Amino acid sequence: MNHLPLIIKREYLTKVKNKSFIIMTFLSPLIMIALIALVSYLSQINSDKKRTISVLDETGYLIDIFESTDNTTYLKLTGLNLDDAKEIVKEKEDYGLLHIGNVTSLDDVGKNIKFYSEESPSLTIISGLERKVEKRLQEMKLQKDGVSLEQIDASKTSIDIAQESFDGEKSSKIDNIIKLAFGGIAGYLLFMFIIIYGNMIMRSVIEEKTSRIIEVIISSVKPIQLMMGKIIGTSLAGVTQFAIWVILGGVMLTIVSAIFGIDMAQVNTPQQEIVNQAMSAQGSDEVQAMAENIITAINNLPIGNLVVAFIFFFIGGYLLYSSLYAAIGAAVDNETDTQQFMLPILMPLILAVYVGVFTVIEDPHGTVSTVFSFIPLTSPVVMLMRIPFGVPLWQQGLSLLLLIGTFIFAVWFAAKIYRVGILMYGKKATYKELFKWLKY
Amino acid sequence: MNNLLVADSVSKNFGKFKALNQVSIGVPMGSIFGLLGPNGAGKTTLIRIINQITMPDEGHVYLDGQSLKPEHIKDIGYLPEERGLYKSMKVGEQALYLAQLKGMSKSEAKNRLKYWFEKLEIGDWWNKKIQELSKGQAQKIQFIVTVLHRPKLLIFDEPFSGFDPINANLIKDEILKLRDEGATVIFSTHRMESVEELCDHIALLHKSNKILDGKLNDIKRNFKTNTFEIGLQSSKSESVLSEIKNSFEVLPATFKNLNDDIKLNIKINESTSPNDLLSFLTSKAEVHHFVEVIPTANDIFIQTVQNN
Repeated sequence: MNHLPLIIKREYLTKVKNKSFIIMTFLSPLIMIALIALVSYLSQINSDKKRTISVLDETGYLIDIFESTDNTTYLKLTGLNLDDAKEIVKEKEDYGLLHIGNVTSLDDVGKNIKFYSEESPSLTIISGLERKVEKRLQEMKLQKDGVSLEQIDASKTSIDIAQESFDGEKSSKIDNIIKLAFGGIAGYLLFMFIIIYGNMIMRSVIEEKTSRIIEVIISSVKPIQLMMGKIIGTSLAGVTQFAIWVILGGVMLTIVSAIFGIDMAQVNTPQQEIVNQAMSAQGSDEVQAMAENIITAINNLPIGNLVVAFIFFFIGGYLLYSSLYAAIGAAVDNETDTQQFMLPILMPLILAVYVGVFTVIEDPHGTVSTVFSFIPLTSPVVMLMRIPFGVPLWQQGLSLLLLIGTFIFAVWFAAKIYRVGILMYGKKATYKELFKWLKY
Repeated sequence: MNNLLVADSVSKNFGKFKALNQVSIGVPMGSIFGLLGPNGAGKTTLIRIINQITMPDEGHVYLDGQSLKPEHIKDIGYLPEERGLYKSMKVGEQALYLAQLKGMSKSEAKNRLKYWFEKLEIGDWWNKKIQELSKGQAQKIQFIVTVLHRPKLLIFDEPFSGFDPINANLIKDEILKLRDEGATVIFSTHRMESVEELCDHIALLHKSNKILDGKLNDIKRNFKTNTFEIGLQSSKSESVLSEIKNSFEVLPATFKNLNDDIKLNIKINESTSPNDLLSFLTSKAEVHHFVEVIPTANDIFIQTVQNN
């Protein structure tokens, strides 16, 4: 008798109808959106803040480079000594005072600049000031050596090295970023999925043990059927939850940004400000070229391969880990006992993410990346991250074969532990004990 | 009589531990079969083998003459000692699910459930969650789920634990009714008075071996010691007592009676008939109490286990 559909249905419905599951499903995107909105709102307030910076330039070389902007007003002080200036700025509660000390030689100007403020100033402000001063001093030094301003401007060059493979396939830096993004998202998604829903499977096995229903069930169905039903049912609930998150998140993001008029793309972090400055320096032609690059980059991705590989490695990796989670659930009596068995599962998973983040970015086809994309417990995550960079099909096939082989072994192993473990009460499982169960 | 279930030299090892050693039993069709034994004797292991939860290392089990196979699951109803239900699932949903796992169709299960819910007067529980019920109430659901698919063979492991005396009686009557309707029952318990009340046959397991089995009455006959419990009244009780002691093997007896002067257990040998003893006694004193001592299941259990 095949009860698998019946078990899957029950597991799915129980998960989906569970109150905390429903609350999590609908609340999580709300919380996420609220957080994003809050962060972007706060950073907007932050960047909208008006600052007044007083400048006391005793040399007179730099005074005209400070031009006030919307957010920052430069107040030019003259004819004051440093102590008076400090006093005035402090009293007016201005953001700070930039003091350029009087020196005779142009070479020494840079060594006598100081910023005074009540609190330690923001990194962005200081580096902005530094860039302004550096540029002016460099120009002045060159001018002193007889180079005209026009010549300096003309000497500015920006280089973008075009890339092409021996087969004639064009690519660019943007390419790599896009590839990394795709691989990273795929790998991270799998990682999150395993952690969240693997745990859910484990808890549901433990629940059956603690509620003592297991022996009733097991007299009607084979343990392996129950285990597979649990894994598949919980996974389907997981897919449902993920889908709702994606849809709900998208809808709410649109609504929230429409209502509050917050342009999510323009969340101003210091890094982005610098990027924005750099971008605005370039002409609109270059921006257009960049957009074209992004499109070609996405077109360059092995989309078909990516989708197929994603499906297979995702399912394979997820099933492999979730059967191990099910085995852990069967081996213990309550959740607190799971710790000792969790580590060996989490280690390869975390290792895979680290290898993915640090090694694959550096060298997607290097020895370390390649080896880890074959080891079954790390291969799903690492291989998914490598594939956008183009992995030979035989490597993908071999890795998948190894994964499936390990998966079958893991299911056999988990089913053994499961079969014995679910009927063991009160006995604290040790690794030695588990090994004995394999022979029952 | 035909045996519905036969276990033929079944052995099972867990690592180095031998849980069952060449155990053979035959459960007659339509009987209530008591599977007895101290804790850890191997009863649960044997029951799990019959339910195909674990496989025997050696030996075979036959149901209705056929070697045990997966299709037999629907012919067996099992109420395990370690039992429970999904706490957050509704009573009706849960009962339907478990019935479907036993191979019933949904509509059939629904009809049968309605019948049982009415019979045990619990119709209004359908939409309650198990965690809202008391332990005894949950046990009732568990019982219904066990018998719902009308199995040929019912296995009850401590079925009365958790029930108050009224409900225990109710369940006992239902078990007897099911037996009368043709079901065969294997009944495992430590409560000897229910064995006495219910079982036709018993098998006693001890330290993984079967040490005793057969019809309960036959076993009792084998265990009886030709001992009679008597109560006498006489004005010269001391001389009567010494006369009895000279002629028979005598043990002290304790039973509640109005005002007998002499209370004794008297053991007679094979050649003496109870009538001989009675006429001897009537000639000496007034006989108020004369009962043959029949060993209880409890006596047999303790005696057999201790001798092994």
